[in-house]
Amino acid sequence: MREVAVVGFAQRQMKEFDGSPTCVELLVPLFEECYEQTGWTRRDVGFWCSGSSDYLAGRSFSFVQAVDAIGVIPPVNESHVEMDLAWAMYEAWLKIQTGEVDTAVVYAFGKSSAGVLRRTLALQLEPYTMTPLWPDTVSLAGLQARAGIDAGLWDERAMAEVANRSLTDAEKNEYAVRKGGSSVEELLARPVYADPLRKHDCAPVTDGAAALVLAAGDRAREVQDRPAWIDGISHYVDPMSMGTRDLTRSPSAARAAQAVGVAGVEVAELHAPFSHQELVLRRELGLADDVVVNPSGGALTSNPMFSAGGIRIGEAARRIWSGEASRTLGHATSGPALQQNLVCTLEGRS
Amino acid sequence: MSRTLSAPVTVAFDYTRSTGPVLGRFLTGLRDGVVVGGRTSEGRVVVPPPEFDPVTHQQVTDFVEVASTGTVTSWTWVPEPVAGQPFDRPFAFALVTLEGADAPLLHALDVASPDQVSTGMQVRVRWAEERVGAITDIVCFEPVAELDDADAGAAASQPGTDPVTKVITPVALDYLYAASPEESAFYRGLAEGRILGQRCPACGKVYVPPRSACPVDGVATTEEVELSETGTVTTFCIVNVPFLGQRIKPPYVSAYVLLDGADIAVLHLILDIPADEVRMGMRVKAVWKPRDEWGTTIENISHFSPTGDPDADYDTYKHHL
Repeated sequence: MREVAVVGFAQRQMKEFDGSPTCVELLVPLFEECYEQTGWTRRDVGFWCSGSSDYLAGRSFSFVQAVDAIGVIPPVNESHVEMDLAWAMYEAWLKIQTGEVDTAVVYAFGKSSAGVLRRTLALQLEPYTMTPLWPDTVSLAGLQARAGIDAGLWDERAMAEVANRSLTDAEKNEYAVRKGGSSVEELLARPVYADPLRKHDCAPVTDGAAALVLAAGDRAREVQDRPAWIDGISHYVDPMSMGTRDLTRSPSAARAAQAVGVAGVEVAELHAPFSHQELVLRRELGLADDVVVNPSGGALTSNPMFSAGGIRIGEAARRIWSGEASRTLGHATSGPALQQNLVCTLEGRS
Repeated sequence: MSRTLSAPVTVAFDYTRSTGPVLGRFLTGLRDGVVVGGRTSEGRVVVPPPEFDPVTHQQVTDFVEVASTGTVTSWTWVPEPVAGQPFDRPFAFALVTLEGADAPLLHALDVASPDQVSTGMQVRVRWAEERVGAITDIVCFEPVAELDDADAGAAASQPGTDPVTKVITPVALDYLYAASPEESAFYRGLAEGRILGQRCPACGKVYVPPRSACPVDGVATTEEVELSETGTVTTFCIVNVPFLGQRIKPPYVSAYVLLDGADIAVLHLILDIPADEVRMGMRVKAVWKPRDEWGTTIENISHFSPTGDPDADYDTYKHHL
């Protein structure tokens, strides 16, 4: 295995992006930040991979125009996944493992506010028996939250505690869309929205984009004093149907965590767009009690579609670069109610 | 003023899908007023039947008719339904385990308020009067009232017809689609009778309509350039084929016009000349609609028309083909 590190990270998260769903003008400054962090030009990048969705953008081949932001003379080595940035990163990591390239920039973008996000996402469901009912994301998460409450695994207070801690931590995150914690009592006093969920239990609709820079071996050491080495990366998927899996569990997340090993993790950035999902993940990943979860505020305070999972890895990497932690974890999810899960562990070496 | 211009857009299409033998069996059952599950290798009856066994990966072939009454195992309230959902008023989504099944089915539950739902409550299928072999043949679940008699939930079978092998799922998504700030400047320019492009600071190329970044260099194109409304036909095609929504009777010419001062050609119509006389290098000029018909659209230019000037030398546009 080649040693590969995350050496660059740039992000934009906002409630509403006043621009086109191509997000090209959002990506140009993101790439500039990545060049600044690494001292590279675009010609130092061996491989590009993006994550986005035509359904979100309301146009076909939505990733093609985004390539404008790269500049493609001479032609570049480029690919795309209809998945979160974290999976684009997985592809780039594999590409580097092949030895074909040493460096990569992966990016993702999405203007969630262009349509009705929770409705648009019904199109990722099974098309015969689910999509025709248009079960929206919030409803599917609500079924999951209720299942856990009924099983006695968590309660509304535990969910509010997650929300309050996230909102408080997000005060330090300049990109967070929603921030400002109060108290668990205050949150529990707010009205129930999609019973059993309150609005603060659900991630805000967020527009945005993000980019991660990967480099192998000495290329990483050249550009980062303390690269965030990818120690393990793994992803699994559970059945899509809501009836054939135990919604209080996430076997795919557990399996991914087992594959990479989470011992010694000090900080974990978990992609949990609903408060109870953090509780599911914490248990399935087997995180120790003293692990700091989502110091960025997490997806509950800002959840740009197709970037939010990768942003978790970027946030986990930043804490390695700064020397704040020696071993961190980034997690990304996709699909209904934590169906697909990716876990990436990062470490700093002195 | 917003940085961008935006307009509502609806993207709609009908997905036509073949069902295969397993989902086909399930949907045929729904059409006939029966819920069909599939028995897995572990002996569980799952509704809808999975196409392949989750453990052995063999095709599921053991079908079991289950009851149309069952128990709510989880539910959530839908305070603001979105388009396409079973109801356009608040309702519940529920997971319901039907009698005879071991796994729950997702569907709507018709109750007026969340107070009327609870995990463990008994519900039954409300069948659609006209059934076609789709999940929507079940309108929803409804609470089983105490006074119901024994035939609750029974549905008259439709006359025996062929098995369901196909479903058509209409999909329509509504967007508020925004032009980029650069495209917005272009459209606002058209509303003033001006054609605006932008120049790349790195390579100097002028793009019209302007893009948010130069695709060659990957840098923002910032310098605004007003272009001539006269240009050269670089390449063209004669449209002979009629199609839905066509506005001009064929044959007519759709051409790339390289406006003087631009490096990228724009696509537009060439009229006022027989189609077979249009040629590469022909000099053309924009013909604008009457000013009171203008909006923020390229249609402010009705078409391009020959200027009558001598054709442009091939060398002047050969790099722009």
